[in-house]
Amino acid sequence: MITDTTALFIARQLASGALVTLEITVMAEALVLVLAFTVALMRLSPWRLVRWVATLYVEVLRGISALVLLFYLFFILPLFDISLSPMATGVLGLGLTFSAYGSEIIRSALVNVHQGQRDAVRALDFGPVIALRRIILPQALPVMLPPLGNQLVELLKTTSLVSLITLTDLTFSGAQLITTLGHQTLIWCLVLVGYFLMAWPLTRLVRWYERRVTAWRTT
Amino acid sequence: MEFDWAFAWSITPDLLRGLLVTVQVVVLGFVVAVVLGLLLAIAQRSAWAPIRAACAGYLSFFRSTPLMVQLYVLFFALPLAGLTLPPFATGVVGLGLYYAAYIAEAFRGAIEDIPPGQWEAALALDFDRATTWRRLILPQAFKPLLPVLGNYLIGMFKETPLLAVITIPELFQAAKQVAGMSYRYTEPYTLMALMFLAISVPTSLLFKYLEHRRHA
Repeated sequence: MITDTTALFIARQLASGALVTLEITVMAEALVLVLAFTVALMRLSPWRLVRWVATLYVEVLRGISALVLLFYLFFILPLFDISLSPMATGVLGLGLTFSAYGSEIIRSALVNVHQGQRDAVRALDFGPVIALRRIILPQALPVMLPPLGNQLVELLKTTSLVSLITLTDLTFSGAQLITTLGHQTLIWCLVLVGYFLMAWPLTRLVRWYERRVTAWRTT
Repeated sequence: MEFDWAFAWSITPDLLRGLLVTVQVVVLGFVVAVVLGLLLAIAQRSAWAPIRAACAGYLSFFRSTPLMVQLYVLFFALPLAGLTLPPFATGVVGLGLYYAAYIAEAFRGAIEDIPPGQWEAALALDFDRATTWRRLILPQAFKPLLPVLGNYLIGMFKETPLLAVITIPELFQAAKQVAGMSYRYTEPYTLMALMFLAISVPTSLLFKYLEHRRHA
Protein backbone atom coordinates (compact mmCIF):
# COMPACT_ATOMS: atom_id res chain seq x y z
CA MET A 1 0.00 0.00 0.00
CA ILE A 2 2.43 2.64 1.19
CA THR A 3 6.06 2.02 0.35
CA ASP A 4 8.95 3.16 2.50
CA THR A 5 9.80 5.96 0.10
CA THR A 6 6.25 7.29 0.18
CA ALA A 7 6.18 7.12 3.96
CA LEU A 8 9.44 9.03 4.08
CA PHE A 9 8.08 11.58 1.62
CA ILE A 10 4.94 12.08 3.70
CA ALA A 11 6.99 12.46 6.87
CA ARG A 12 9.35 14.96 5.26
CA GLN A 13 6.51 17.09 3.85
CA LEU A 14 4.59 17.11 7.11
CA ALA A 15 7.72 17.93 9.10
CA SER A 16 8.54 20.92 6.92
CA GLY A 17 4.90 22.05 7.23
CA ALA A 18 5.08 21.72 11.00
CA LEU A 19 8.22 23.85 10.96
CA VAL A 20 6.39 26.63 9.10
CA THR A 21 3.55 26.34 11.60
CA LEU A 22 6.00 26.79 14.48
CA GLU A 23 7.70 29.70 12.71
CA ILE A 24 4.40 31.56 12.24
CA THR A 25 3.41 30.81 15.82
CA VAL A 26 6.63 32.24 17.22
CA MET A 27 6.55 35.40 15.09
CA ALA A 28 2.85 36.03 15.66
CA GLU A 29 3.29 35.51 19.41
CA ALA A 30 6.10 38.09 19.47
CA LEU A 31 3.80 40.57 17.74
CA VAL A 32 0.94 39.64 20.09
CA LEU A 33 3.04 40.35 23.18
CA VAL A 34 4.23 43.75 21.94
CA LEU A 35 0.78 44.90 20.78
CA ALA A 36 -1.04 43.45 23.78
CA PHE A 37 1.25 45.19 26.24
CA THR A 38 0.92 48.49 24.43
CA VAL A 39 -2.86 48.27 24.24
CA ALA A 40 -3.16 47.15 27.87
CA LEU A 41 -1.09 50.14 29.01
CA MET A 42 -3.14 52.42 26.75
CA ARG A 43 -6.33 51.17 28.39
CA LEU A 44 -4.88 52.15 31.77
CA SER A 45 -3.81 55.57 30.54
CA PRO A 46 -4.96 58.71 32.36
CA TRP A 47 -6.06 60.30 29.05
CA ARG A 48 -9.58 59.44 28.03
CA LEU A 49 -8.88 59.60 24.28
CA VAL A 50 -6.08 57.03 24.49
CA ARG A 51 -8.26 54.73 26.60
CA TRP A 52 -11.06 55.11 24.10
CA VAL A 53 -8.88 54.22 21.10
CA ALA A 54 -7.56 51.14 22.90
CA THR A 55 -11.07 50.01 23.84
CA LEU A 56 -12.21 50.39 20.24
CA TYR A 57 -9.21 48.34 19.07
CA VAL A 58 -10.04 45.51 21.46
CA GLU A 59 -13.78 45.45 20.76
CA VAL A 60 -13.45 45.56 16.98
CA LEU A 61 -10.73 42.93 16.75
CA ARG A 62 -12.53 40.63 19.16
CA GLY A 63 -15.69 40.98 17.10
CA ILE A 64 -14.13 39.98 13.77
CA SER A 65 -13.10 36.42 13.22
CA ALA A 66 -9.43 35.71 12.56
CA LEU A 67 -10.14 34.16 9.17
CA VAL A 68 -12.18 37.15 8.00
CA LEU A 69 -9.35 39.46 9.06
CA LEU A 70 -6.78 37.33 7.23
CA PHE A 71 -8.83 37.39 4.04
CA TYR A 72 -9.37 41.10 4.43
CA LEU A 73 -5.63 41.71 4.71
CA PHE A 74 -4.80 39.26 1.94
CA PHE A 75 -7.30 40.38 -0.71
CA ILE A 76 -8.12 43.97 0.10
CA LEU A 77 -4.85 45.58 1.15
CA PRO A 78 -3.33 44.93 -2.32
CA LEU A 79 -6.18 46.98 -3.80
CA PHE A 80 -4.85 49.92 -1.80
CA ASP A 81 -1.36 49.19 -3.14
CA ILE A 82 -0.16 47.62 0.08
CA SER A 83 1.17 44.18 -0.80
CA LEU A 84 2.37 41.96 2.00
CA SER A 85 3.86 38.53 1.57
CA PRO A 86 1.53 35.69 2.67
CA MET A 87 3.81 35.12 5.67
CA ALA A 88 3.60 38.77 6.76
CA THR A 89 -0.16 38.74 6.22
CA GLY A 90 -0.54 35.62 8.34
CA VAL A 91 1.62 36.95 11.17
CA LEU A 92 -0.09 40.35 11.10
CA GLY A 93 -3.63 38.94 10.96
CA LEU A 94 -3.12 36.44 13.75
CA GLY A 95 -1.06 38.95 15.74
CA LEU A 96 -3.80 41.60 15.60
CA THR A 97 -6.60 39.18 16.52
CA PHE A 98 -4.79 37.58 19.43
CA SER A 99 -3.37 40.86 20.74
CA ALA A 100 -6.93 42.03 21.43
CA TYR A 101 -7.53 39.03 23.70
CA GLY A 102 -4.01 39.19 25.11
CA SER A 103 -4.34 42.83 26.11
CA GLU A 104 -7.34 41.91 28.28
CA ILE A 105 -5.29 39.24 30.05
CA ILE A 106 -2.44 41.66 30.67
CA ARG A 107 -4.71 44.50 31.73
CA SER A 108 -6.57 42.40 34.27
CA ALA A 109 -3.29 41.09 35.71
CA LEU A 110 -1.93 44.64 36.05
CA VAL A 111 -5.14 45.95 37.60
CA ASN A 112 -5.27 43.13 40.11
CA VAL A 113 -1.95 44.01 41.74
CA HIS A 114 -2.84 44.99 45.29
CA GLN A 115 -3.82 48.64 45.82
CA GLY A 116 -1.41 48.89 48.76
CA GLN A 117 1.48 48.29 46.37
CA ARG A 118 0.34 51.23 44.28
CA ASP A 119 0.01 53.43 47.35
CA ALA A 120 3.51 52.42 48.46
CA VAL A 121 4.91 53.27 45.01
CA ARG A 122 3.41 56.71 45.30
CA ALA A 123 4.57 57.19 48.89
CA LEU A 124 8.12 56.29 47.87
CA ASP A 125 7.89 58.69 44.93
CA PHE A 126 8.74 56.16 42.16
CA GLY A 127 8.33 57.33 38.60
CA PRO A 128 5.67 55.51 36.55
CA VAL A 129 8.17 53.60 34.40
CA ILE A 130 10.29 52.29 37.23
CA ALA A 131 7.16 51.51 39.29
CA LEU A 132 5.78 49.40 36.44
CA ARG A 133 9.07 47.66 35.78
CA ARG A 134 10.21 46.98 39.33
CA ILE A 135 7.02 46.77 41.39
CA ILE A 136 3.87 46.17 39.39
CA LEU A 137 5.09 43.92 36.56
CA PRO A 138 7.03 41.40 38.68
CA GLN A 139 3.87 40.83 40.71
CA ALA A 140 1.53 40.73 37.71
CA LEU A 141 3.71 38.42 35.60
CA PRO A 142 3.01 35.13 37.43
CA VAL A 143 -0.73 35.88 37.17
CA MET A 144 -0.71 36.64 33.46
CA LEU A 145 1.64 33.89 32.28
CA PRO A 146 -0.74 30.89 32.52
CA PRO A 147 -3.57 32.53 30.53
CA LEU A 148 -1.04 33.86 28.04
CA GLY A 149 0.32 30.32 27.73
CA ASN A 150 -3.18 28.98 27.04
CA GLN A 151 -3.55 31.67 24.45
CA LEU A 152 -0.31 30.57 22.83
CA VAL A 153 -1.80 27.07 22.44
CA GLU A 154 -4.86 28.64 20.83
CA LEU A 155 -2.61 30.62 18.52
CA LEU A 156 -0.71 27.49 17.52
CA LYS A 157 -3.97 25.82 16.55
CA THR A 158 -5.33 28.90 14.80
CA THR A 159 -2.27 29.10 12.55
CA SER A 160 -3.97 26.32 10.54
CA LEU A 161 -6.03 29.16 9.03
CA VAL A 162 -3.00 30.48 7.14
CA SER A 163 -3.19 27.41 4.91
CA LEU A 164 -6.15 29.18 3.30
CA ILE A 165 -3.97 32.12 2.28
CA THR A 166 -1.47 29.84 0.52
CA LEU A 167 1.13 29.45 3.27
CA THR A 168 2.61 25.95 3.34
CA ASP A 169 2.01 25.18 7.00
CA LEU A 170 1.17 21.75 8.44
CA THR A 171 -2.46 21.84 7.25
CA PHE A 172 -1.48 23.00 3.78
CA SER A 173 1.18 20.28 3.48
CA GLY A 174 -1.48 17.74 4.44
CA ALA A 175 -3.86 19.04 1.79
CA GLN A 176 -1.06 19.03 -0.79
CA LEU A 177 -0.09 15.44 0.02
CA ILE A 178 -3.71 14.41 -0.39
CA THR A 179 -3.94 15.95 -3.85
CA THR A 180 -0.81 14.10 -4.95
CA LEU A 181 -1.11 10.81 -3.05
CA GLY A 182 -4.69 10.36 -1.85
CA HIS A 183 -4.88 8.52 1.50
CA GLN A 184 -7.18 11.18 2.97
CA THR A 185 -7.94 9.44 6.24
CA LEU A 186 -4.34 8.59 7.00
CA ILE A 187 -2.95 12.01 6.19
CA TRP A 188 -5.59 14.08 7.95
CA CYS A 189 -5.15 11.88 11.02
CA LEU A 190 -1.37 12.40 10.84
CA VAL A 191 -1.94 16.15 10.63
CA LEU A 192 -4.18 15.99 13.71
CA VAL A 193 -1.52 14.02 15.57
CA GLY A 194 1.08 16.55 14.45
CA TYR A 195 -0.83 19.44 15.99
CA PHE A 196 -1.49 17.39 19.09
CA LEU A 197 2.21 16.67 19.52
CA MET A 198 3.02 20.37 19.31
CA ALA A 199 0.19 21.67 21.49
CA TRP A 200 0.06 18.98 24.17
CA PRO A 201 3.55 19.59 25.67
CA LEU A 202 2.79 23.30 25.73
CA THR A 203 -0.45 22.68 27.62
CA ARG A 204 1.40 20.48 30.12
CA LEU A 205 4.04 23.18 30.59
CA VAL A 206 1.38 25.80 31.32
CA ARG A 207 -0.35 23.46 33.80
CA TRP A 208 2.95 22.75 35.54
CA TYR A 209 3.81 26.44 35.84
CA GLU A 210 0.32 27.28 37.05
CA ARG A 211 0.54 24.67 39.79
CA ARG A 212 3.97 25.97 40.76
CA VAL A 213 2.95 29.62 41.11
CA THR A 214 -0.28 28.85 42.93
CA ALA A 215 1.32 26.28 45.25
CA TRP A 216 1.65 28.79 48.09
CA ARG A 217 -2.11 29.23 48.21
CA THR A 218 -2.80 25.64 49.19
CA THR A 219 0.07 25.16 51.61
CA MET B 1 -10.60 51.36 -5.54
CA GLU B 2 -14.04 52.84 -4.89
CA PHE B 3 -16.59 51.40 -2.53
CA ASP B 4 -19.59 50.82 -4.82
CA TRP B 5 -22.73 51.30 -2.71
CA ALA B 6 -25.14 50.06 -5.39
CA PHE B 7 -23.12 46.87 -5.82
CA ALA B 8 -22.93 46.42 -2.05
CA TRP B 9 -26.72 46.77 -1.83
CA SER B 10 -27.26 44.28 -4.66
CA ILE B 11 -25.21 41.54 -2.97
CA THR B 12 -26.75 42.05 0.50
CA PRO B 13 -29.54 39.44 -0.01
CA ASP B 14 -26.98 36.77 -0.95
CA LEU B 15 -24.91 37.54 2.12
CA LEU B 16 -27.96 37.58 4.39
CA ARG B 17 -28.90 34.10 3.16
CA GLY B 18 -25.40 33.00 4.14
CA LEU B 19 -25.77 34.70 7.51
CA LEU B 20 -28.97 32.74 8.15
CA VAL B 21 -27.16 29.44 7.54
CA THR B 22 -24.35 30.62 9.82
CA VAL B 23 -26.78 31.37 12.64
CA GLN B 24 -28.50 27.99 12.21
CA VAL B 25 -25.24 26.05 12.37
CA VAL B 26 -24.09 28.02 15.41
CA VAL B 27 -27.32 27.57 17.36
CA LEU B 28 -27.54 23.82 16.66
CA GLY B 29 -23.81 23.34 17.26
CA PHE B 30 -24.08 25.22 20.55
CA VAL B 31 -26.90 22.93 21.72
CA VAL B 32 -24.82 19.86 20.84
CA ALA B 33 -21.79 21.36 22.61
CA VAL B 34 -23.66 22.23 25.82
CA VAL B 35 -25.36 18.83 26.07
CA LEU B 36 -22.20 16.87 25.27
CA GLY B 37 -20.10 19.15 27.47
CA LEU B 38 -22.44 18.56 30.39
CA LEU B 39 -22.34 14.79 29.86
CA LEU B 40 -18.52 14.88 29.72
CA ALA B 41 -18.34 16.98 32.90
CA ILE B 42 -20.59 14.52 34.74
CA ALA B 43 -18.72 11.52 33.33
CA GLN B 44 -15.45 13.00 34.61
CA ARG B 45 -16.76 12.55 38.13
CA SER B 46 -17.51 8.89 37.48
CA ALA B 47 -16.26 6.40 40.04
CA TRP B 48 -14.99 4.24 37.19
CA ALA B 49 -11.42 5.09 36.20
CA PRO B 50 -11.57 4.05 32.50
CA ILE B 51 -14.47 6.47 31.93
CA ARG B 52 -12.52 9.30 33.58
CA ALA B 53 -9.45 8.50 31.48
CA ALA B 54 -11.52 8.40 28.27
CA CYS B 55 -13.00 11.82 29.09
CA ALA B 56 -9.60 13.31 29.86
CA GLY B 57 -8.28 11.91 26.57
CA TYR B 58 -11.22 13.38 24.67
CA LEU B 59 -10.73 16.80 26.25
CA SER B 60 -7.01 17.06 25.67
CA PHE B 61 -7.20 15.75 22.11
CA PHE B 62 -10.00 18.02 20.97
CA ARG B 63 -8.47 21.01 22.71
CA SER B 64 -5.01 20.43 21.24
CA THR B 65 -5.92 20.15 17.57
CA PRO B 66 -7.32 22.82 15.23
CA LEU B 67 -11.02 22.82 14.47
CA MET B 68 -10.29 23.14 10.76
CA VAL B 69 -8.36 19.86 10.63
CA GLN B 70 -11.05 18.15 12.71
CA LEU B 71 -13.61 19.32 10.15
CA TYR B 72 -11.47 17.94 7.33
CA VAL B 73 -11.32 14.57 9.05
CA LEU B 74 -15.08 14.53 9.66
CA PHE B 75 -15.83 15.61 6.13
CA PHE B 76 -13.32 13.64 4.07
CA ALA B 77 -12.32 10.70 6.23
CA LEU B 78 -15.61 9.58 7.76
CA PRO B 79 -17.27 8.83 4.40
CA LEU B 80 -14.42 6.39 3.71
CA ALA B 81 -15.35 4.68 6.97
CA GLY B 82 -18.90 4.36 5.63
CA LEU B 83 -20.45 7.26 7.53
CA THR B 84 -21.63 10.00 5.20
CA LEU B 85 -23.23 13.12 6.63
CA PRO B 86 -24.45 16.11 4.66
CA PRO B 87 -22.10 19.15 5.01
CA PHE B 88 -24.52 21.03 7.27
CA ALA B 89 -24.75 18.13 9.73
CA THR B 90 -20.96 17.68 9.59
CA GLY B 91 -20.57 21.33 10.54
CA VAL B 92 -22.96 21.04 13.47
CA VAL B 93 -21.25 17.87 14.70
CA GLY B 94 -17.77 19.35 14.19
CA LEU B 95 -18.53 22.56 16.08
CA GLY B 96 -20.38 20.59 18.75
CA LEU B 97 -17.58 18.08 19.37
CA TYR B 98 -14.90 20.79 19.49
CA TYR B 99 -16.70 23.22 21.77
CA ALA B 100 -18.00 20.41 24.00
CA ALA B 101 -14.41 19.92 25.13
CA TYR B 102 -14.17 23.58 26.22
CA ILE B 103 -17.64 23.74 27.74
CA ALA B 104 -17.03 20.50 29.65
CA GLU B 105 -14.03 22.12 31.30
CA ALA B 106 -16.14 25.16 32.26
CA PHE B 107 -18.86 22.89 33.67
CA ARG B 108 -16.27 20.93 35.61
CA GLY B 109 -15.00 24.13 37.23
CA ALA B 110 -18.52 25.27 38.09
CA ILE B 111 -19.42 21.87 39.56
CA GLU B 112 -16.24 21.76 41.62
CA ASP B 113 -17.04 25.23 43.00
CA ILE B 114 -20.25 23.97 44.57
CA PRO B 115 -19.64 23.72 48.32
CA PRO B 116 -19.33 20.10 49.55
CA GLY B 117 -22.09 20.89 52.04
CA GLN B 118 -24.57 20.73 49.19
CA TRP B 119 -23.54 17.17 48.35
CA GLU B 120 -23.65 16.18 52.00
CA ALA B 121 -27.08 17.74 52.43
CA ALA B 122 -28.35 15.81 49.40
CA LEU B 123 -26.95 12.63 50.90
CA ALA B 124 -28.45 13.38 54.31
CA LEU B 125 -31.87 14.04 52.75
CA ASP B 126 -31.57 10.73 50.88
CA PHE B 127 -31.93 12.18 47.39
CA ASP B 128 -30.96 9.73 44.67
CA ARG B 129 -28.12 10.66 42.33
CA ALA B 130 -30.28 11.77 39.43
CA THR B 131 -32.36 14.09 41.61
CA THR B 132 -29.24 15.50 43.29
CA TRP B 133 -27.75 16.42 39.93
CA ARG B 134 -30.95 17.69 38.40
CA ARG B 135 -32.44 19.68 41.28
CA LEU B 136 -29.42 20.69 43.37
CA ILE B 137 -26.08 20.65 41.60
CA LEU B 138 -26.83 21.67 38.02
CA PRO B 139 -29.08 24.67 38.80
CA GLN B 140 -26.32 26.08 41.00
CA ALA B 141 -23.59 25.27 38.49
CA PHE B 142 -25.45 26.92 35.62
CA LYS B 143 -25.63 30.37 37.16
CA PRO B 144 -21.97 31.41 37.23
CA LEU B 145 -21.56 29.68 33.88
CA LEU B 146 -23.79 32.06 31.96
CA PRO B 147 -21.10 34.59 30.92
CA VAL B 148 -18.69 31.78 30.04
CA LEU B 149 -21.27 30.12 27.80
CA GLY B 150 -21.94 33.51 26.22
CA ASN B 151 -18.27 33.86 25.34
CA TYR B 152 -18.22 30.42 23.78
CA LEU B 153 -21.35 31.19 21.77
CA ILE B 154 -19.69 34.28 20.31
CA GLY B 155 -16.47 32.34 19.79
CA MET B 156 -18.36 29.66 17.87
CA PHE B 157 -20.02 32.28 15.74
CA LYS B 158 -16.64 33.64 14.78
CA GLU B 159 -15.28 30.18 13.92
CA THR B 160 -18.03 29.57 11.37
CA PRO B 161 -16.04 30.91 8.39
CA LEU B 162 -14.11 27.66 8.74
CA LEU B 163 -17.22 25.78 7.70
CA ALA B 164 -16.71 27.17 4.21
CA VAL B 165 -13.85 24.67 3.78
CA ILE B 166 -16.38 21.85 4.01
CA THR B 167 -18.69 23.55 1.47
CA ILE B 168 -21.43 24.76 3.82
CA PRO B 169 -23.03 27.81 2.15
CA GLU B 170 -22.61 30.12 5.16
CA LEU B 171 -21.76 33.81 5.22
CA PHE B 172 -18.07 33.49 4.41
CA GLN B 173 -18.73 31.09 1.54
CA ALA B 174 -21.38 33.48 0.19
CA ALA B 175 -18.95 36.40 0.31
CA LYS B 176 -16.24 34.33 -1.37
CA GLN B 177 -18.62 33.31 -4.14
CA VAL B 178 -19.69 36.89 -4.78
CA ALA B 179 -16.04 37.96 -4.84
CA GLY B 180 -15.15 35.09 -7.17
CA MET B 181 -17.89 35.91 -9.65
CA SER B 182 -17.52 39.69 -9.72
CA TYR B 183 -13.80 40.10 -8.99
CA ARG B 184 -14.79 42.73 -6.45
CA TYR B 185 -13.40 42.03 -3.02
CA THR B 186 -13.91 45.21 -1.02
CA GLU B 187 -17.72 45.19 -0.89
CA PRO B 188 -18.42 41.51 -0.04
CA TYR B 189 -15.64 41.21 2.56
CA THR B 190 -16.44 44.55 4.18
CA LEU B 191 -20.15 43.71 4.38
CA MET B 192 -19.27 40.31 5.81
CA ALA B 193 -17.07 41.86 8.51
CA LEU B 194 -19.86 44.32 9.38
CA MET B 195 -22.39 41.48 9.59
CA PHE B 196 -20.12 39.61 11.97
CA LEU B 197 -19.84 42.71 14.14
CA ALA B 198 -23.61 43.30 13.89
CA ILE B 199 -24.23 39.90 15.48
CA SER B 200 -21.33 39.47 17.87
CA VAL B 201 -21.33 42.91 19.51
CA PRO B 202 -25.06 42.86 20.51
CA THR B 203 -24.71 39.23 21.69
CA SER B 204 -21.78 40.25 23.85
CA LEU B 205 -23.76 43.19 25.25
CA LEU B 206 -26.74 40.92 25.95
CA PHE B 207 -24.63 38.52 27.98
CA LYS B 208 -23.01 41.44 29.82
CA TYR B 209 -26.49 42.69 30.69
CA LEU B 210 -27.62 39.25 31.88
CA GLU B 211 -24.49 39.01 34.02
CA HIS B 212 -25.04 42.45 35.58
CA ARG B 213 -28.67 41.69 36.29
CA ARG B 214 -27.65 38.52 38.09
CA HIS B 215 -25.21 40.44 40.32
CA ALA B 216 -27.70 43.23 41.05
